[in-house]
Amino acid sequence: MSQPPLDGNALAGALSEVFRVDVTSAIGECAHCRRRGPMAETVVYANAPGMVARCPGCDAVVLRLVTDSGRAWLDLRGLTCLQLAIPA
Amino acid sequence: MARAAVLGRLSWRVGTVVALRDETPTARTIVLDVPGWPGHAAGQHVDLRLTAPDGYSTQRSYSIASAPDGDRLDLTIEPVPDGEVSLYLTEVLTSGDQLELRGPVGGWFVWRPGAADPVFLVAGGSGLVPLMAMIRTRGLTGDEAPFRLIYSVRDPASVLYGGELRRRARDDQGLGVTCAFTRAAPPGSTRPAGRIDASLLTAAGWSPDRRPAVFVCGPTGFVEAAANMLVDIGHDPQRIKTERFGTSGGPP
Repeated sequence: MSQPPLDGNALAGALSEVFRVDVTSAIGECAHCRRRGPMAETVVYANAPGMVARCPGCDAVVLRLVTDSGRAWLDLRGLTCLQLAIPA
Repeated sequence: MARAAVLGRLSWRVGTVVALRDETPTARTIVLDVPGWPGHAAGQHVDLRLTAPDGYSTQRSYSIASAPDGDRLDLTIEPVPDGEVSLYLTEVLTSGDQLELRGPVGGWFVWRPGAADPVFLVAGGSGLVPLMAMIRTRGLTGDEAPFRLIYSVRDPASVLYGGELRRRARDDQGLGVTCAFTRAAPPGSTRPAGRIDASLLTAAGWSPDRRPAVFVCGPTGFVEAAANMLVDIGHDPQRIKTERFGTSGGPP
């Protein structure tokens, strides 16, 4: 099944199960090309076994999230840094 | 539930369908009552989870169409061909049914009242839904930020919220609405049917000099094309926020 990709806005629900703050408005730096931008602008493939987010600049994988049976596996090795707003 | 409370995470809740409203021959608005709904910002969405009797479960994200209104929530669904979830929601779901949902989620593609910046909304097809939440929230709060909407839509029969948009364009001070028909324009239109282009974005939107906050929502191809044109005519890429619908938008 080939669906056109979504964008990082679609990560919000799944990541809200893991993080207390909204990660889609966090600024991520791509480990491959060093592009910095909101995670909402990543290119998201949601029909893989989990969710895969790719850098809109160089297409490298920046985030992978798989959840199953009450556990989550989160792979962030494609990001060098994630800048999050800390709730007041 | 206790664990969720400690971590402050979002958990799934159950909403009840209290009304269904046909918006076009295909699109339908689901009005949900969600006890304890914490409220939402315009542009946020919810994830719906449907579970079949055999345990098969699937999730989809849908934008919230309504302004905050207590425990009430409107979702407008445009069915996708072969979309198992959207066809269920538009053709099978009835009043009184219950739906599992998680939300509100998303903090990026969001407009909050109180910012003085002009707002420039560009919608393709059902990409109008979260932008309509912004227009409705502006109306509800009496916010005076000047708004302009350009709505690219296939033909007059496919227009979502047509009556309300006409009424608001007349009554909501500082709101401008322009429909751009891609396949068939109504009789008497000054603009022939066709995709939006730079001249329309220039004529019907805000000038880049006014530094508007720009929100673009629609199917992926539409969003890419519109965002590129906006940058080409001088809008600051940092002020353009985009949200792409995968297949759920359909061609505008």
